[in-house]
Amino acid sequence: MGIEHTTFVGRSVERVEDAALLSGFGRYIDDLGTRPGTLHAAILRSPHAHADIVGIDIEVARALPGIVAVVTGRDLANITTGLVPAVRAALDARAIAVDRVRYVGEPVAIVVARDRYLAEDGCDLIEAQYRVRTAVVDPVAALAPDAPVLHEGVGSNLVSDRRFRYGDPETAFAESPHSLSVTVRYPRNTGSPMETYGVVATYDPTDDSYDVLANFQGPFSIHAVVARALKVPGNRLRLRTPPDSGGSFGVKQGVAPYAVLIAATARLVGQPVKWIEDRLEHLSASVSATNRVTTLKAAFDGEGRVTVLNWDQVEDCGAYLRAPEPATLYRMHGNLTGAYAIRNVAVRNRVVLTNKTPTGLVRGFGGPQVYYPLERLMQCIARKLGLDPFAVIRRNLIPADAFPYRTATGALYDSGDYQRALDEAARDGELDDLKRRRDAARAEGRLYGIGLTAAVEPSVSNMGYITTVLTAAERAKAGPKNGAQSTATITLDPVGSVTVQVASVPQGQGHRTVLAQVVADVLGIPMGQVRVTTDLDTAKDAWSIASGNYSSRFAAAVAGVAHLAATQLRDKLARIAAAQLNLRPEDLVFADGRIASRTNPDAGLPFGRVAATSHWSPGLVPEDIGSAIRETVFWTPPELTAPDADDLVNSSLCHGFIFDLCGVEIDRVTGKIRIDRYVTMHDCGRVLHPGMVEGQVRGGFAQALGAAVYEELAYGDDGAFLSGTFADYLLPTATEVPDLRILHVESPSPFTPLGAKGVGEGNCMSTPVCLANAVADALGLDAIDLPLTPSKLASLAAGADEPAPPAGHAAPKPPAKPGDRTLRGEGLAQVAAPPETVWAMLLDADLLASVIPGSHGVRKLSDTHFQADVSLGVGPVKGRYKADVTLFDLEAPRTATLTGTVTGSLGSGGGSGRITLEPDGAGGTRVSYVYEAAVGGKVAAVGGRLLDGAARVIIGGFFAALARRAGGPSGRNTGLAGFLRGLLRRLLARLGASA
Amino acid sequence: MPQLDAKGRHAVAFTLNGRPAAVEVETRTLLTDALRHGLGATGTHVGCEHGVCGACTVSIDGVPARACLTLAVGIEGCAIRTVEGLAPEPGRLGSLQAAFRRHHALQCGFCTAGILVSLDAYLALRPSPSRREITEVVGGHLCRCTGYAPIIEAALEAAAELRGEGPALAPSENAHA
Repeated sequence: MGIEHTTFVGRSVERVEDAALLSGFGRYIDDLGTRPGTLHAAILRSPHAHADIVGIDIEVARALPGIVAVVTGRDLANITTGLVPAVRAALDARAIAVDRVRYVGEPVAIVVARDRYLAEDGCDLIEAQYRVRTAVVDPVAALAPDAPVLHEGVGSNLVSDRRFRYGDPETAFAESPHSLSVTVRYPRNTGSPMETYGVVATYDPTDDSYDVLANFQGPFSIHAVVARALKVPGNRLRLRTPPDSGGSFGVKQGVAPYAVLIAATARLVGQPVKWIEDRLEHLSASVSATNRVTTLKAAFDGEGRVTVLNWDQVEDCGAYLRAPEPATLYRMHGNLTGAYAIRNVAVRNRVVLTNKTPTGLVRGFGGPQVYYPLERLMQCIARKLGLDPFAVIRRNLIPADAFPYRTATGALYDSGDYQRALDEAARDGELDDLKRRRDAARAEGRLYGIGLTAAVEPSVSNMGYITTVLTAAERAKAGPKNGAQSTATITLDPVGSVTVQVASVPQGQGHRTVLAQVVADVLGIPMGQVRVTTDLDTAKDAWSIASGNYSSRFAAAVAGVAHLAATQLRDKLARIAAAQLNLRPEDLVFADGRIASRTNPDAGLPFGRVAATSHWSPGLVPEDIGSAIRETVFWTPPELTAPDADDLVNSSLCHGFIFDLCGVEIDRVTGKIRIDRYVTMHDCGRVLHPGMVEGQVRGGFAQALGAAVYEELAYGDDGAFLSGTFADYLLPTATEVPDLRILHVESPSPFTPLGAKGVGEGNCMSTPVCLANAVADALGLDAIDLPLTPSKLASLAAGADEPAPPAGHAAPKPPAKPGDRTLRGEGLAQVAAPPETVWAMLLDADLLASVIPGSHGVRKLSDTHFQADVSLGVGPVKGRYKADVTLFDLEAPRTATLTGTVTGSLGSGGGSGRITLEPDGAGGTRVSYVYEAAVGGKVAAVGGRLLDGAARVIIGGFFAALARRAGGPSGRNTGLAGFLRGLLRRLLARLGASA
Repeated sequence: MPQLDAKGRHAVAFTLNGRPAAVEVETRTLLTDALRHGLGATGTHVGCEHGVCGACTVSIDGVPARACLTLAVGIEGCAIRTVEGLAPEPGRLGSLQAAFRRHHALQCGFCTAGILVSLDAYLALRPSPSRREITEVVGGHLCRCTGYAPIIEAALEAAAELRGEGPALAPSENAHA
């Protein structure tokens, strides 16, 4: 099968999408008009990682003019139900909290208003009260018997624990002379599309149906989950996608819970409701890739030939298991041996819940988490045996004559020549030269390392792989799941022009261009005569559960099925033309806009005339054809079978190959990585559009670079979310992304109609570990986890070889314990009043009210218990808080300890401090204080970088005001303290702290 | 500027891509919202609303600015240029836009408007930029699709073309010709 005349396929034609996108004519979800009367929603979210909701007071918000409704989880309880995951466990699975929150950012209430500004005003006026529970953030800690349990119905945080055994792992371990293990803690990151989520929903009470427009990307198996959560049959959930989407990288699968929330809210308020997510919401609560703790053990011979792998994976899916999770863990199940011919594998897969954002699809989807330990392992084996890592990788590769190759865990690798790809990459990527550069750099005392990575890139996932999480008996009971239906519809209009509709929902990958190339080639017409629509309407278009844009399925499956549909239509048109020309259909050629005899080009008809025949002259159409107006084809590859009784699973249809090599240098003092050279070799089967393939590789590489070096969705030990802005979650920019050398070999897939394989996710799988291998090589490390931040590398470099910092540079500070973000400070103030006076002031509510920065009043509940309303600002985040302070360990008039909490809509905090008053010998008092505090909620997410400074400013401001009130600072206070206060005042102004 | 009432609505008049425009806004209305939802000029996109990503970049009196950090009431009398104003005429692309298309310098296109506006303003100021300079300009924007390399190539090629050194271009692969 294939295309006879490839005028367009295989060429980097200009994209048909671009003129509109370059001119401001894109139609993204927030660019589309809405029905008159559409209301706007904003979502109030939990500031706590784990807490009971004690009460939600909506009265003040509700009374604000312009606010139409405030909807809580309780309000939605009757008209919605949970989002059902693949693992049936007694999980609370609602899209909004009802009486308990389990991650920072979890929806708590939805404010619906005339416009978005008012809706956000409404959120600020809701008073939600929480009783904070202990949070668990680390997946291994979550397994401890005494860990706080998120879902009591489950009984523990472990929601799935499966063991697998392939071949004879025990014997292989016993008989191999060497063994080694690596442990990896893979961190959280996300795709961060530039466009956030959006939903516009309407409910029609007359037939109990929903119409939801969302920038959802699929898989449309989730349509069933959303319909079920909204308690309607599938045909009463019309899910539509906008024509353009501003990127997804898997992430926009996660809009599904919001489709439920906004649709149900529209039903409650009786009007259409629109919601566009903001960036803080997106970073804190959209979708994260899973973090995973993996211990991978291998046995091998003296040449580094691996005989067995033992995987122990602890997967952290966050606070809820959202469909399709735990798919991240099982997507790679067939690929657990990577590119290697390893026949013995043992696996233990545990899925754990923690107080973090629920996980979902992110580009690479399970690949980075698997290849990081696997390729670190290969390097460690080479290091242990004193061998060249390139030789160890090459020695273990699946032989080129073994394809199609069934892996130990069940994947059927379609095609490849890994040795050739390796050798060409080493040759064209000049690996020998890189080694010389390393030697030269090291000879000069510089830190230079080389990283290598081989990875198999799966694409077109089997809808049945996720059921591997169930036991064979459970699968048998539920019925087998398998396949990956793709579909295309081609329509001929009455003037013979061609429209192609697919259910692929691209987010920038140029699907309309490639489909026009494919169909134009089959029909022998100009590309401009083919128009493609890729947005999906589940009420009108052909679709199935595998529809959507994920698992790099477009080139292999969707372009393939479009080719099948075009071919089917061409065969009908050939018969129609043959009847009119009195020729045999097989003698006709479709080319240059004509259908003509192969041997006598004059005997032919214009394509448009034949294409319009079924509309205008059905009498000319041979009877058994019916009509040639619209062809819809569904295609599912037969290779994608259900997991079998032995847990063998062909988790994906296609398997591309990547081999990356890189050289990096690390600055000893700053820890900064400089990528000297990065070479990435790809075999993605047949290339349909070289420019787009290059775009996928470059884009994937840049994202992987971010994941490796800059990005982390960071949490505090208490579950506070710490990276809520692009100043905290650092995406690489043009100045960070190095040049990339891209190489290709082509091993067409025998399983796909066009021979193409996916290519979009490979570098997200290979690049993080390739860079880490280079860093480990540079620093001589056995273990290294992501992200490879400068502070971490500087400290490792210092530990490895304590270099004296150059003059003028302080030695790099060791990084604080991860997750520890306690604010610590101390200060000194001079007050021109004796200690007894100052002491009395500290216990006087009215006086405190006048000196506490931003105070709106202080209430004294007892001699030692105060409550205050204060306005505090941290950078751009200003808000009103309630403070509750208790004094104890009082030794009048010398010392007191204060403990307190601060809560507000923007965040909360707690801390303690100790104040000491000493006579300064001149009638005044020297006030010294130390404090420790921790802050959570929105303030921590967006203001983390400013908190330390802000705390110093606010506390310093308090004592400065106290000193002024007591009669001004004492005379000897013009030195350091006075200078500091001046500095604090200036800082205060700059930070915008409302004191 | 007159004293503005925080709660009231205010008429703001300016020119948008050379044409007079007027919109009624609250004091707190962001320029992004005024352009997009007030005037329907949806080509300017909102990516982060805290000034980092650059998707919303528009030109105010010839100087690129983050529209998400600009209050609409502040642009009274200004000349605003957005992505909608870059094409020489409807249906035709300008040099920079055409270079972006040739180089596949966009995928989802969401960040593209801001990058085009920044580069358009920079090339007007510096017709012969170095690769380093262009990288720094593009470095003020976030793009998640392209890895930036084709954007930089497109900008350098457009600069050369605008200087009259073009068309030293690869034969166009425009299938619609």
